[in-house]
Amino acid sequence: MAWQITVLQQLINGLAVGSIYALIALGYTMVYGIIKLINFAHGEIYMLGAYFGFYAISVLKLSLLPAILLSMGAAALVGVLLERIAYRPLRSSPRISVLITAIGASLLFQSTAQLVFGASFKPFPQAMPFRRIQLGKVFITNRQLLIFGVAVLLMVLLHLLVNYTKFGRAMRAVAGDKEAALLMGINVDRIISITFALGSALAAAAGILVGMYYNRIDPYMGMMPGLKAFVAAVLGGIGVVPGAVVGGLLMGVAENLVVVIGSSTLRDAVAFAVLIVVLLFRPSGLLGKKGIEKV
Amino acid sequence: MKNKLSILLTAVILLLIYTGVRLMESGGVLLPYHVQILSLCCINVILVVSLNLINGFTGQFSIGHAGFFAIGAYLSAYLTVKLQVPFVPALICGGILAGITGLAVGLPALRLRGDYLAIATLGFGEIIRVIILNTNAVGGARGFSGIPKYTTFGLAYLTAIITVVAIRNFVSSDYGRACLAVREDEIAAPSLGVNSTYFKVLAFSLGAFFAGTAGALFSHYLQYMAPTPSQIGFLKSIDILIMLVLGGLGSITGSIVAAVVLTVLPEFLRGFAEYRMVIYPILLIAVMIYRPAGLLAGREFSLDSLLNLFKGARTRVDHS
Amino acid sequence: MSTTAELMVNSLSVQFGGLKAVDQVSFALQPQSLAGLIGPNGAGKTTVFNALTGLCPVTGGEISFNSEWLTNEPPHAIARCGIARTFQNIRLFKNLTVLDNLRIAYHKNRQYSLLCGLFRSPRFRREEAQITAKAKDVLALVDLADKADHLAGSLPYGEQRRVEIARALMLDPKLLLLDEPAAGMNPQETTALLELIRRLRDGLQITILLIEHDMKLVMNLCEKLFVLDYGHLIATGDPKSIQSNRRVVEAYLGGNLA
Repeated sequence: MAWQITVLQQLINGLAVGSIYALIALGYTMVYGIIKLINFAHGEIYMLGAYFGFYAISVLKLSLLPAILLSMGAAALVGVLLERIAYRPLRSSPRISVLITAIGASLLFQSTAQLVFGASFKPFPQAMPFRRIQLGKVFITNRQLLIFGVAVLLMVLLHLLVNYTKFGRAMRAVAGDKEAALLMGINVDRIISITFALGSALAAAAGILVGMYYNRIDPYMGMMPGLKAFVAAVLGGIGVVPGAVVGGLLMGVAENLVVVIGSSTLRDAVAFAVLIVVLLFRPSGLLGKKGIEKV
Repeated sequence: MKNKLSILLTAVILLLIYTGVRLMESGGVLLPYHVQILSLCCINVILVVSLNLINGFTGQFSIGHAGFFAIGAYLSAYLTVKLQVPFVPALICGGILAGITGLAVGLPALRLRGDYLAIATLGFGEIIRVIILNTNAVGGARGFSGIPKYTTFGLAYLTAIITVVAIRNFVSSDYGRACLAVREDEIAAPSLGVNSTYFKVLAFSLGAFFAGTAGALFSHYLQYMAPTPSQIGFLKSIDILIMLVLGGLGSITGSIVAAVVLTVLPEFLRGFAEYRMVIYPILLIAVMIYRPAGLLAGREFSLDSLLNLFKGARTRVDHS
Repeated sequence: MSTTAELMVNSLSVQFGGLKAVDQVSFALQPQSLAGLIGPNGAGKTTVFNALTGLCPVTGGEISFNSEWLTNEPPHAIARCGIARTFQNIRLFKNLTVLDNLRIAYHKNRQYSLLCGLFRSPRFRREEAQITAKAKDVLALVDLADKADHLAGSLPYGEQRRVEIARALMLDPKLLLLDEPAAGMNPQETTALLELIRRLRDGLQITILLIEHDMKLVMNLCEKLFVLDYGHLIATGDPKSIQSNRRVVEAYLGGNLA
């Protein structure tokens, strides 16, 4: 009976971590869907979100909800600026240029954060006392519940936004065919900016939640989750919004189940292995569609 | 096509550089520490030029080059330390295993384009690092220490020259032209009889081989290898990529210049070490936006054209 | 009977998902003939070319050339069998010189090994000289010998098209497929092109199949025409009979002439 409980426990942990990956993955997938760019710096926006939250709570003495909102707003701004300064000039450049720029932006954020905030871990302020709730033989913490709650709420909001608003329709139009959308009178630049803002806001929320979950933040916390969330987005089908959610949850669960089977040092390798497998066998992802190149 | 005079001139200049360095070393003008930096320059030249073959000349997007570097470094160290194999054979074995890995990476990579290929190579590079991290025979997480210092400046210099010459010759041959065709238009190239699969894999393997030799030189220079992202992981891959991009994709001369400058510069800017990782990315982004072709904009420096300038004739250099 | 460079297409079908781009098209090309593949836009002409050269998957039927089955062979293998093509939207290697563009096309005949190339052996030098000489000869054929060292992308449009034809000729093809070679050309250039194509066929004794919309060119140049509409072959014959073929006229005008 024991291993089944462990598996169930890891499932809960996996879903919590997976929700974080899903929130970050949504940013990747939306940006890729709209301008076919892998925003390498997205993981760093997640990191910045955590830091913004840290300062909001410990310096500005805000409570949790306003802190999250402030951080999301600040991160949205950063995302928009990033797009404006680094990506927009390269809209018509070869893919390799934009990708290199994205990598550069990612490194820049990391090192700047290190210089400004210091390289060591900062303890995240306790905005919520720790409590464990027992469900049968497994535990769930109130932080995990918070993660689930916030993540689900944000995803539902995003879903409503993308599918039921005029703006969402414009987003889907630009993702489908940028030139046609332009001809339809859609302000493509603004839509792209807003897409970046949305994705960044979600990532920031994830950052704060993680800061609270693990009680600490550091300038490099965005690297691994950023990569794993990217893999999650690819797994679910990059450019497909529900795919990010599916991929994120799967990644979280897979990662935690691996800990049951094997060692935890291999946990990070899971992400890479999944990535390679997906790219080789089903590059369009679980929910994605295959494209045809016309000669 | 080089004519005999320029080949001779090049050889003489290269020899002079070597002798110059050795003289300055024995005369005390150059400290052993400086000569070490020069060796490191040579190693980085090999890394950047070999990556240029894959990214610049064949147009593939590989950002996992450090993985091949790592294989060469670790295998050669294992051979010399644990199996008492002499250095040069160990170096070649390191290169060969790296080349075979390049083949293994290249084959699946063929199905992928652009961004996806980049991510896949990044993933491969990290998988290699994680495997090394978990291999106790080469020290695992503690790292591999006690590697004998077999890398002399002369050896590094010679290997760098061989690499540059080999890749330069490759590029200006039919093989190189086929790679260029693959880069320029992957649909038109096969319709002209070029097996794009074959040449992509060839470029990967060849580039990986040379990266492996660079790795072997490095491990026997530093005498200690740690399986960290900055030494053999994606941070290292990105370091190499930055040098490549700044020098210019498709320009061997650019690669050499960038590798040397970016190896030497941090030494002068020791005081600013912590700003390095802020300046480099800014530089990278600026280059991408304002001068994406890199410093030399894809052009090569050639003694041929220099000599012809003196002769008054106007030739068009066969640049690719 | 000598080995005929004959092209035989049997019930060729190319289907993309639900769309039948090419539907059971059958035709044959006699060696050294000069034929045209015409039809309204979207009829599937370029798709036929793509199928012939291995650039798109064939979902039905067969292709044979020179008695060799070429259905679904990879493009580089088809090139080796003697079929060369140009593209609707010129696909020159724009960042390379004209000469390099042509030299690349010599690739399948290259004899020297990788080692010879790395060490620049005498064999390498000799063959490279041969390649360059041949490329210059072929360039002379299309009257562009003086542009050998120019970047392909820097040439005016009409010259780029000729370079593409020259590049295809470097393959020593027995069948040359030209996809809209006269697109974007003015009347003088078109006439020059017409003469060039005729010269090539007569001088090199190759079979030429071209896709064209310029009816004047097609009617004056081609000995035989194949007409496609919505993926179907609706008519075959010499230019005169095609001109008066009711179905063809309808297809182009798009209506039902009751």
